[in-house]
Amino acid sequence: MIRPGLLVLASLLIAPPALANKVFVTNERGNTVTVLDSASWEVIGEFPAGNRPRGITISPDGKELYVCASDDDVVRVFDPHTYEELHTLPSGPDPELFVLHPSGNPLYIANEDDNLVTVVDVKTRQVLAEVPVGVEPEGMAIRPDGQYIVNTSETTNMAHFIDAESYDITHNVLVDQRPRYAEFTADGSKLYVSAEIGGTVSVIDTAAGEPSIVHKIAFQVPGVLPEWLQPVGIRITEDASRVFVALGPANRVAVIDGKTDEVSDYLLVGQRVWQMAFTPDEAFLITTNGNSNDVSIIDVKAEKVIRSVQVGEQPWGVVVAPE
Amino acid sequence: MSVTKGSHRILCCGALLFCLAAFSANTALALEVRAALLRVDTTGSLPISRLDLPPEDLGIAGGRLGTEDNQTTGRFTDTTYTLETRVVAPEAAVEALDELLGQGIGLVAVMADGATVAELARRAGERAVILNASAPDDDLRSEACAANLLHVAPSRAMLADALVQFLVWKKWPRIFLIHGSHPADLALAESYRRAARKFGAKIVEERVFEDTGGARRTDSGHVLVQRQIPVFTQRAEDHDVVVAADESDVFAPYLPYHTWDPRPVAGSAGLTPVSWTWAHEAWGATQFQRRFEKLNGRPMRPQDYQAWLAMRVIGEAVTRTGSNDPARLRDYVLSDGFELAAFKGQKVTFRPWNGQMRQPILLTNLHLTVSVSPQDGFLHQTSPLDTLGLDRPESGCTAFKEIRP
Repeated sequence: MIRPGLLVLASLLIAPPALANKVFVTNERGNTVTVLDSASWEVIGEFPAGNRPRGITISPDGKELYVCASDDDVVRVFDPHTYEELHTLPSGPDPELFVLHPSGNPLYIANEDDNLVTVVDVKTRQVLAEVPVGVEPEGMAIRPDGQYIVNTSETTNMAHFIDAESYDITHNVLVDQRPRYAEFTADGSKLYVSAEIGGTVSVIDTAAGEPSIVHKIAFQVPGVLPEWLQPVGIRITEDASRVFVALGPANRVAVIDGKTDEVSDYLLVGQRVWQMAFTPDEAFLITTNGNSNDVSIIDVKAEKVIRSVQVGEQPWGVVVAPE
Repeated sequence: MSVTKGSHRILCCGALLFCLAAFSANTALALEVRAALLRVDTTGSLPISRLDLPPEDLGIAGGRLGTEDNQTTGRFTDTTYTLETRVVAPEAAVEALDELLGQGIGLVAVMADGATVAELARRAGERAVILNASAPDDDLRSEACAANLLHVAPSRAMLADALVQFLVWKKWPRIFLIHGSHPADLALAESYRRAARKFGAKIVEERVFEDTGGARRTDSGHVLVQRQIPVFTQRAEDHDVVVAADESDVFAPYLPYHTWDPRPVAGSAGLTPVSWTWAHEAWGATQFQRRFEKLNGRPMRPQDYQAWLAMRVIGEAVTRTGSNDPARLRDYVLSDGFELAAFKGQKVTFRPWNGQMRQPILLTNLHLTVSVSPQDGFLHQTSPLDTLGLDRPESGCTAFKEIRP
């Protein structure tokens, strides 16, 4: 009885001072969320999350965890500490990806079946607006200053810029085939949009005036067929110095220099790498690998994959609890 | 490219050069794209299974969804898309085409047999680009090709190659080929022979199932089938798999479970190579299926998918070129610049040597997507998709002046 306690104490003494955060991974096929500890990288929990959980995010205060339960046609809200389901939010059919306003409210959900972006108040649980966009809306991003929301539509192949006040579409930027994901730099001056089937990431200047494509990032890995270099999830360091792009069935994460927007390296991760999340201190990047049922942990500074951890069946999305 | 609502005209007053540039960039303003879908129906016999009865709006429903998808995009580019549909008997096909061309429509998707497609393409000449959304005939992609004829439907060679690749991957190389007696069945059988040679499979025996006519359906017909098919298939050379070449739908659905030897059936029954199945869910297809079903109240058939593809090819080319000129769209579609996402996991493009769309082929048991070809390990110097169908050196097509980017 005493020895396990001593061991815990001992490991606490030895452990580096980095704070442990909970890492939440949705398992699309397993219908669960797996919880990891970001200090030990051990699985510390798993709980049911509805049918086909995919997109996942957490409130800035760390009190509410939001999960797109795609086959239930709702967003499920969980307590990140007890893993209890608190309530659901209306999402429209088949929610896949969403983005939370930096203030924590509202939630902007891509609603693929109806060609709409649904805006939901997370407190009153009411739909505030439905914005008609292109065919099969998918990726969602919000400019960090909250000025506008970006949605990508997979069959229309555009990034739609939606005014956050009026919900009018102010600009449409044509990108390559099947745009999947959109991510702003922290200062809001650049937007990266991945095109899964086109195989490119468009870099859009969003500093001022009309947004326009300034650069297109292409990928090339010896021994990998170009067809399988399919960019999906994107994460950018706070200082915008590095951009990480998950390349789906190429089983690699591309590292991009944020200044030149050139690829500097490819990191081999698990199979069908999909979405990613940083720990709050940006020391680590976690990638979900759908076809190998694991997550890869990347040491961001060293740009090295340090380990992989088995999670549930077909991991899809990932979010890390704030400090 | 950025497409904006609004205020270019104010800016234009400033500088003439900028004005011209802005104007040409904005030719998309109020661009009108008119396309047609012409379906030519032959009065064929009933299908063996009532599940295969063709819906009234076969293909038309796909054209409708493709046009709606284009129109949704068109809202953001100030482009309008309209679709004229015609369903006619073979003797009225030319007249229907003439009428559409007379309206100034220069983009016509056609669903007809190979001979009719070829005739309509000849008739249209430089007046229209014809998109073949149904005929699988290999000669249309070879000697009988035409410069204004693009094929969104897969060829027999592509379908046969897709299946035989899978059989070879499974290490089931010994094929017992049973084919029908109609010209389309003979052509399909030839595609399987060619595929077997190409990928190292072996056709160990061939038999012909003669169509002797008669009704397709009789009450308790299965009693007779249960006795006939074992007898028909007995004492075949040792084989791993039965491949049925029965485009005319005369016998293939009778084969599974009734063959003398317990062997899987593939081809026109069993494991079937198709451009589309309504069971397909991968690569975002579920949303696409649901969109189709919501609009049309029934599941999507391969012909619907092909008609949808034809419209999306047009829509994508219009969006990227800002033009509605059929010749310009054709050139763009055949260039390296063109690519289209089509719910099959990789972009679809066109072969510049014969106007055939490169596309993955689904292998389905009509209940699920069992596999997708090309299979792993079948390599090609340009694209693995070119392991399916007539590759550049194999095609006898000379009508295409190759377009270089």
